[in-house]
Amino acid sequence: MDSFWELLRGLHDSYGINLVHFYDGFERGRLLRGMWTTVKLAVICIVLSVVIGMIGAWLQGSRLKLLKALVQGYIQFFRNTPPLVQMYFFYFALGPQMPRIVNEHGIAQPMLGSFEWAVLSLSFFAGAFNVEIFRSGIEAVQKSTVEAADSLGFNRLQIYWYVVLPLAIRFCLPALNNNLVNLAKTTTQAYAIAVPETLFVASQIWSDRINVFEMMITLLTFYLLLVGMFVWIMARVERALHVPGFGR
Amino acid sequence: MRRYQGDASCAGPAEPAPPAGESGYTAANFTPRALAIVLGVFCVVVLAGEALAQMRSGGPSRSIVATLVAWTPLILFGPPREFGGFALNIAVSFLAMAIGTVAGLFLGIGQISLSPAVRKVSWAITQFFRNSPWLVLLFFVMLLTPFQIKIAGYTIPLPAWLKATFGLSLPVMANFAEIVRGSINSIPTSQWESAESLAFTRMQTIWRIILPQCVKRMTPPWMNWYAILTMATPLISIVGVNDAMTLTQDALAAEQRSELLMPMYGLLLVFFFVYCYPIARWTIYLERKFAVRS
Amino acid sequence: MTVAAGWTPDQPIIRIVDVHKSFGTNAVLKGVTFDVAKGEVVCVIGPSGSGKSTLLRCINALVPIDKGSIKVEGREVHDPALDKLELRKKVGMVFQSYNLFPHKTALDNVMMAPLHVLKRGKDEVEAQARQLIKKVRLEGKEAAYPGELSGGQQQRVAIARSLAMNPDIMLFDEVTAALDPETVKEVLLTIRELAEDGMTCMLVTHEMGFAREVGDHIYFTDRGVIVEHGPPESFFKSASDPRTRQFLSQIL
Repeated sequence: MDSFWELLRGLHDSYGINLVHFYDGFERGRLLRGMWTTVKLAVICIVLSVVIGMIGAWLQGSRLKLLKALVQGYIQFFRNTPPLVQMYFFYFALGPQMPRIVNEHGIAQPMLGSFEWAVLSLSFFAGAFNVEIFRSGIEAVQKSTVEAADSLGFNRLQIYWYVVLPLAIRFCLPALNNNLVNLAKTTTQAYAIAVPETLFVASQIWSDRINVFEMMITLLTFYLLLVGMFVWIMARVERALHVPGFGR
Repeated sequence: MRRYQGDASCAGPAEPAPPAGESGYTAANFTPRALAIVLGVFCVVVLAGEALAQMRSGGPSRSIVATLVAWTPLILFGPPREFGGFALNIAVSFLAMAIGTVAGLFLGIGQISLSPAVRKVSWAITQFFRNSPWLVLLFFVMLLTPFQIKIAGYTIPLPAWLKATFGLSLPVMANFAEIVRGSINSIPTSQWESAESLAFTRMQTIWRIILPQCVKRMTPPWMNWYAILTMATPLISIVGVNDAMTLTQDALAAEQRSELLMPMYGLLLVFFFVYCYPIARWTIYLERKFAVRS
Repeated sequence: MTVAAGWTPDQPIIRIVDVHKSFGTNAVLKGVTFDVAKGEVVCVIGPSGSGKSTLLRCINALVPIDKGSIKVEGREVHDPALDKLELRKKVGMVFQSYNLFPHKTALDNVMMAPLHVLKRGKDEVEAQARQLIKKVRLEGKEAAYPGELSGGQQQRVAIARSLAMNPDIMLFDEVTAALDPETVKEVLLTIRELAEDGMTCMLVTHEMGFAREVGDHIYFTDRGVIVEHGPPESFFKSASDPRTRQFLSQIL
């Protein structure tokens, strides 16, 4: 491995291709930590946004008009405003309203840091899309299948959990995958509130080391690989959920 | 988004499906209500904040409403004798959409080219820009294009907002290319055959026969991408353009009053909502209208 | 199993009195009255749209009635305070379009309700489910998904699925109407075996031969009322009402 890093170092010395973020242990370390933060951010947001989508779609089937209107308002507002402004609103406007807690060093610090706020705002943003995606999947479930579950004594929650949701997920998987890949890409916005994710770390490295072009190529490659990986995982999920003789 | 044709009924006690056809659902009958609700909620939040601020300070500081009103012209139109603010967001969205649409059209046609090389290159470009994060592309263009270009002795400056516009047009281009490719593929083969039998060249067939038929199909997703693009424009504040986001933060920095945080950011959200929500409704309306006809 | 106070098995297990049901302005049931005794096999026949399927759905409380009374084992179905779970444990239902859960195997379909609704132990439920699959002659198909089974096989899984709740009454809603003629037989055979075991059955059907053979009592409905009824021998031989005779001449 070390000889490989030496090779990259030689590339810099003889051709001016500056891949310092690979061969320098310190830069490599912070870049890897940034990438790990991106992956964590993406995975947590995906899970949370899917949960929000499931709960929202369930609430939309409610008989309470007020509840339905609230969910509808949430969806429309988060779908039709910029995710970046949402994130600023969460972090800069809501953040200071939160109570402060005293950490182990006796210093008062905000209850939620920038990472947590990024998770919240991105999850609510993507969750708004997921509610509508799940809803369209739920509408594709045959009413007669629901009736059969009803006649077997399932209650409303049981029907939703055991029959409607498993079928709805299969119907809406393509749209869901699309949205979740978008979410993974949108995590770059956390840069704006200084979450040390990949883009943020990369920008630090290129200002310190003046290797914008090389850093950019690395960054784009990383995100293409990340998106590619998500697409691959989603395809696996789709195959795992495939039921013989059902659907497309 | 993909729509699913299930059995017309749905699970659980759901609201009755809107009647099909143009008469049943119009964009007009829903939009004002939702807008009114959002504006109403915003006003309540502002007034509540106002009351709270009054109770706390009681000092001579300007009321929240008055402060918002005072800053609104700046946030909407930028500083005097300078172009900026929300108007710049909209201008950038128009220009980026125009560039992205034209480039995407050619890229989409390139994907169905008879030459394998053109096809593969178009496909690769499309996938690359479709799957890269917007913000990374924006940085890419901002940092790696010169601040001016020299053509035939003339020096043309490239201001930051123009570069940012170009950066935002790249993902639009790639996604529109996918829309073009998809809708061309959805035109029945018989159309190609009949055009060919009438001695149209391939280019003539595409431009005179196929694409005109695609317009209707492409309009709703195209509008959807316009809305997505508009909501991505605040990203240009990160790379130093004087858009509504930047100016809002400038205003907050000038005021130094924490009770203004929620109303000011809220106001910006409302600006975007008021602009984007009707577009979304209109898109859905067109989607349903065209779906009924086809 | 709990029963309403005062009900004994020698009384009618289902008591339907003057039931009315409309969908909007469309009156589907206009005063239907009859009893079903325990262990009896009742066949309801009649032209489509005469309210037969709605009647079955009312007994199971899938559809609320507007007026009248339906008592299952002495318990009023038309009661807002009704414990639907208690009712549905007693009354199984099989549908025209099978309505199996497409994402579950045949065995899982049978096991789902006892597991999640009755919360019985998994081992016991699985043993019973395998028994039931065997009973409907589908041994070897336990791991198949509904999409991999023929219509007749799916319908038999659906019957097993209902039986897994150990019901006292089985409702069959035109269960052979969507099937190929070859597979109708295997489903009817399963129902006949059930009837022979003493299960109370109520069938809406177009299979006249089957109704005549297996049925204890035939009801003919038209436009929301019972036009005529009787034991199969007399019903099919000497129907008196012209509407019944016309219907029978068309179908036989």
